[in-house]
Formats: sequence, C-alpha cells, structure tokens
Amino acid sequence: MTDIAIVDYGMGNLRSVSKALEHVAPAASIAVTDDPEVVRKAGRVVVPGQGAMPDCLRELDARGLRDAVLEAADSKPFLGICIGLQMLFESSEEGDVKGLGIVAGKVLRFPSTAMINANGQKLKVPHMGWNEVHRTAEHALWKDIASDARFYFVHSYYVETTNPEPAAAYSLYPFPFTCAVAKDNIFAVQFHPEKSHEAGLTLLRNFVQWEPMLRNG
Amino acid sequence: MGLATRIIPCLDVTNGRVVKGINFVELRDAGDPVEISRRYDEQGADELTFLDITASSDNRDLILRIIEEVAAQVFIPLTVGGGVRQVEDVRRLLNAGADKVSINTSAVQNPNLVADAASRYGSQCIVVAIDAKRVNNTDMNNPRWEVFTHGGRMATGLDAIEWAKRMQLLGAGEILLTSMDKDGTRNGFDLALTRAVSDMVDVPVIASGGVGNLHHLVEGVLQGHADAVLAASIFHYGEYSISQAKAYMAQHGIEVRV
Repeated sequence: MTDIAIVDYGMGNLRSVSKALEHVAPAASIAVTDDPEVVRKAGRVVVPGQGAMPDCLRELDARGLRDAVLEAADSKPFLGICIGLQMLFESSEEGDVKGLGIVAGKVLRFPSTAMINANGQKLKVPHMGWNEVHRTAEHALWKDIASDARFYFVHSYYVETTNPEPAAAYSLYPFPFTCAVAKDNIFAVQFHPEKSHEAGLTLLRNFVQWEPMLRNG
Repeated sequence: MGLATRIIPCLDVTNGRVVKGINFVELRDAGDPVEISRRYDEQGADELTFLDITASSDNRDLILRIIEEVAAQVFIPLTVGGGVRQVEDVRRLLNAGADKVSINTSAVQNPNLVADAASRYGSQCIVVAIDAKRVNNTDMNNPRWEVFTHGGRMATGLDAIEWAKRMQLLGAGEILLTSMDKDGTRNGFDLALTRAVSDMVDVPVIASGGVGNLHHLVEGVLQGHADAVLAASIFHYGEYSISQAKAYMAQHGIEVRV
C-alpha cells in the first residue's frame, strides 16, 4: 500500500511536492499517481495544483479522479495545496466554474484596483513571494512552526469561506484573505509548503504524522 | 505585515560551473552551483535564479542534472532560464525541479511561445526576461530603452516598456528586467528603467543588473519600485551575505523575510 498518494492530474510540476515529502518522510512509500485505485488505497492523499482551476477540474475528470479525491477528502488525512485548496470550494470566479463543494464559500480574483499597501505602494498580481501566515485556530499541522511564519505564495485567486469556522489562517494582501482551511481530516493551504523552506517542511512533516479523527475511516 | 520583498541571488551557469561576467563578457569562475545554492539557502535567499549561458548545445542537459540535484536539497523556488526555445524545453525544466522558467530571446522570436507555455503550465511559472539598453542618452527627461536579445548582442527595435506590457498580456507571470548598461558595472540598478516598467505592469518585476553594494538593493525597491531584487557578484565572492542584505533593507523600512 502507498503511504502517501500525490494526485497527478497533469497540471504542472509535482516533483517539488514529492521531493519535499521524500525529504521529511524518507521511509514512506510515496506515489505520484493518476490512478484512482492507488489514491483510494493510499493512507494519505495530497492534492496539489497549479495553473487555472477550470483546467484542473477538467483534467481531474478526464482521468476519472474526482470520486477518488472526494472519497479521500471524506475519509483520510488530506492535504490540499494551492488549486488543491481552491477546488474544495463551491465555485470560482475563474472561468465561472463549480468546485468540489466540500467547503462552503467561493474563489475570487484579487481586484485590479485598490491593490495598494499601507505605504501607498501598488501590489502586483499574482501575489508572489513570502507572506506571513496568521493563525486563527490551533491545529496539529501548525506544530513547531513559529506564529506568523512566512510561507511562499504564488496565486491570483483567493478563497473566501462562507462561515468563519473552517478558516485556520489568514494573510494580508492588502486585505486579510483565508490562506489555510481545516475541516475534520482535511487541511488545505493556499501557499506552497514544498517551497517554504523550514516552515514548509515542518508542516509537511506534521501532515505525515497527523492522525485526525476520522468520520468514515 | 504583508508580502516581503524578495532577494534573489542569480547563478550564471556554463558547463556545470557558476561564472560571472562584466557586461555579459569576461567570464570568471565562481564555483559549484549545488554548493552555492545550498549556501544561499542557508543564508535565507528567498528564491534562486539559474541562467544557463552554455553556448554549445552539447552541454545543455547539464543544467537539468544541476536543477535536479538542487531541487532535492533546497526547498525554495527555483527559476531557470537560458536557451528555452519551445514548450518542450519548459516541460523538461519544470520536470527537473524548476518552479519557474525564464524566456528571453525566444519570446522575441516567437511571442506565442510565452502564450503557449503560460496556457499549458500557468502564468505563475512563466517569467519573461528582458535585457534592455538605453537608446537616447542625450535626452534624460525622455528616456527610452530598447530590448536586446542573444545575451545582449542583438537589437530588436522593441521598446522595453511596451514589450513588458505585451508579455504580461500574453501570459508572463513575472518580468525579470536587466539593464544592459548597468550589468556588471556595480554602479546600481537603472532605477528609471526599473520604475518605468514596474509602474506600467501588474505582474511582479525583478530588478537586475548593476548591484555593487547593499544600498543599491534599497534603491531598487524604494526608487525603482521593484518587487524583487536580483544580484550575483556581491554574493558570489562573499562580500555580503544574503542575511546582511536583508538586515540592511529592513533598516531602511523594507519588509523582508528573516
């Protein structure tokens, strides 16, 4: 059995994610896979994603992976990264598509106006670089990570939860936006832990060791 | 506190070694790319940029092996450029572990490459590198910069600001802007160029070319409005560490990751 399945639906580079997981869990068997059966049998599932959410969902469906991802989100430690966070939501402004609908809320684009910081500087989109992650809830995945630690972001769309409960952290750009979501066995982040140096590796190590309460496990 | 300004050491790589030239010529050996990457990572570099300046195609695959080795040890974003001619080159670099691929000469020869690569892999991993040179030195109030290609040897007739805007429209997620006049001089960035481009585009702009001391980095951000600053020689020869550069920028009110 695969310990950790990284869901490969053909969107972008998953090598960074697998390299970082291999680094923090050298004894684990890690598979980058587009096989729904491998995802179903894996102990833990990571859903990364780059590019545009409509393309990501289309490619997920083209490989018959949607059901396996939904099952994983319902039954085992699940980590979403970037588009892997965004696709959990109900809908996205990007291409006006429906998401997986696991978390109530929507995905919005950073506005082209009013992107000015406190010093009067214009803020660029994509939001690219290292930003502070301010936690709003305690969670096993934050263990040993300094509060307000910086993580690496690169995205033009952000998530907005309908209810405050699932939000686990926010960042400022320039307004506060949710950058991490926690719900039962799901943890999903807008930033890239695999590219976020020690803080990111610690988060991945915490994920590998995480034993959430499972409803359908 | 919000987004930190990035400091990006640049490694010019040829035949498997890091080198540094003056005005794109007179190369001098600066060491092993994997070792240097690890050092910068330990010092707190926010990102690393590799430019493959290998002239012959024989040794092209060397850069892939270097990136693979770096990506297995260094967990920060890696940008790789040099010799990217087709979408297949982008794919190979991303698969080797690059997070972003920088396109320069080929973007001028075939602008659709930028559009194709961005639609296939996402704008977030497509950087367009622009080598710009001042073309009317007589009228300082009305400066104009032209895009050059082939490592700065060939004039294109393209206006650098217009070109940056067009590249953004085609899908570039970031602009790496090098002043050919300043590169290797250690006199500081071309601040007017940096500011003109950065203010005219919505995507992040990395200022490059001319850094000789830490104050140049501060000027690039505060006066040039750069979203990130790139430098090579001040870091390669141990004159300054990345952490010293960050401490100096923080003293001048620039938000950095420490």
